[in-house]
Amino acid sequence: MATISLQKRKNELANAERQLEILSNGIFKNGELPTFKEKISEINQFPLKPKKIEILQINVGYMCNQVCEHCHVDAGPDRKEIMTKETMQQCLDVVKNTGAHTLDLTGGAPEMNPNFRWFVEEAAKAGVKDFIVRSNLTIIRANKKYYDLPDFFKKHNIHVVSSMPHWTRGKTDKQRGDGVFDKSIKALQELNERGYGMPGSNLKLDLVYNPSGAFLPGDQMSMERDFKKALLEDFNIQFHNLFAITNLPISRFLDYLIASENYEDYMYSLVEAYNPTAVSNVMCTNTISVSWDGYLYDCDFNQMLGLGVASKVKHISEYNEDILNNRNIVISQHCYGCTAGAGSSCQGTVA
Amino acid sequence: MSNYYDPADLRKFGKISDWNKELGDKFFDYYGSVFKDGALSAREKSLIALAVSHVVKCPYCIDAYTKDGLQRGITKEEMMEAVHAGAAIESGATLVHGVQMMNKYDKLSM
Repeated sequence: MATISLQKRKNELANAERQLEILSNGIFKNGELPTFKEKISEINQFPLKPKKIEILQINVGYMCNQVCEHCHVDAGPDRKEIMTKETMQQCLDVVKNTGAHTLDLTGGAPEMNPNFRWFVEEAAKAGVKDFIVRSNLTIIRANKKYYDLPDFFKKHNIHVVSSMPHWTRGKTDKQRGDGVFDKSIKALQELNERGYGMPGSNLKLDLVYNPSGAFLPGDQMSMERDFKKALLEDFNIQFHNLFAITNLPISRFLDYLIASENYEDYMYSLVEAYNPTAVSNVMCTNTISVSWDGYLYDCDFNQMLGLGVASKVKHISEYNEDILNNRNIVISQHCYGCTAGAGSSCQGTVA
Repeated sequence: MSNYYDPADLRKFGKISDWNKELGDKFFDYYGSVFKDGALSAREKSLIALAVSHVVKCPYCIDAYTKDGLQRGITKEEMMEAVHAGAAIESGATLVHGVQMMNKYDKLSM
């Protein structure tokens, strides 16, 4: 398993334009499969328009302590893109005035941003209804300076959303690296000790499942049942909800699909599983994604593909919800990942 | 065509309806209904399908139900046990004919 990012490896897929080329050529160019634009035109959803902005998702940097094989961010210890305090301040100005009910911090490992705690403390004062931090769990055990994160999260009533690809050690470590499973289990137990994830607790702990390979997630409810049973029986761990998220064919997952000769089959699976009812609820219709340098995107995936919002307002410093709500959402073939089966978003299924 | 079996042909399975829509549709309707949750869960039926796929030696079915199992979170240990269950019945079916051989042998022998 590689321990450095595509960018550091100078892999051609570190280049967003190259990824977009791949997603538009081959089976989509020769007409074997319909493009996403053609597909949503069938139900008069092109151009795709946003509804009300409900979720502000802020990516505070691409640095991470892990180098997961499927990562759409191409995150890792060698990534230096980190949100500055100045950009954070601009985000805070927006958080204080936004109509969005959810603030969602992601990365990389958001906790590795040196101003992470200051930002959380300040943002918590704004009184957003649901304040999510996407924590990879191992960061809590990575270094002494992170050991108190569970207490810090509790103090600010943070909703913790964590990745857990499987309830078995083998599958987890294969996707996320050796030792990740044991560290994640320990971190979950510590969160449980503070009340996180316990039945009836207000301290929300949700897990994210994404398939460890070239296949789509199964039914979210039955996966949740299996995860709950196994984690409780084997480790006495409890959590609230499981979000089943489809891997989108970009960045390191795209690299894996091509290298393992699964790309075409995977795209066929996504297109075959296309669910028109998922289209009206895809997350780009209620989310704005902010990058480490303050630019605005329809979602975290478009951010990684360098597809900025198609709006006069392009940066958090000029944020205006009315203008943003009038934009057309930028799409490409990776969008099939959010409309397959029961649909997929950072909050799980959508249909 | 260079091979009798092409993995990409699995994607075209639905096309059998192009040449006989009525029977094709009936088959796919039936197929879909069989694998829904019922007295047996869809998960249990997926493992049965995987075992049978091996017994009937259908490469398309093996590809399809290995992937289906992964999607359902079925472990490789469960999958291999299912294959053994199929293999055991298949070898048992061969071996139980040994009784026929023994009967015939005894009948023919003085």
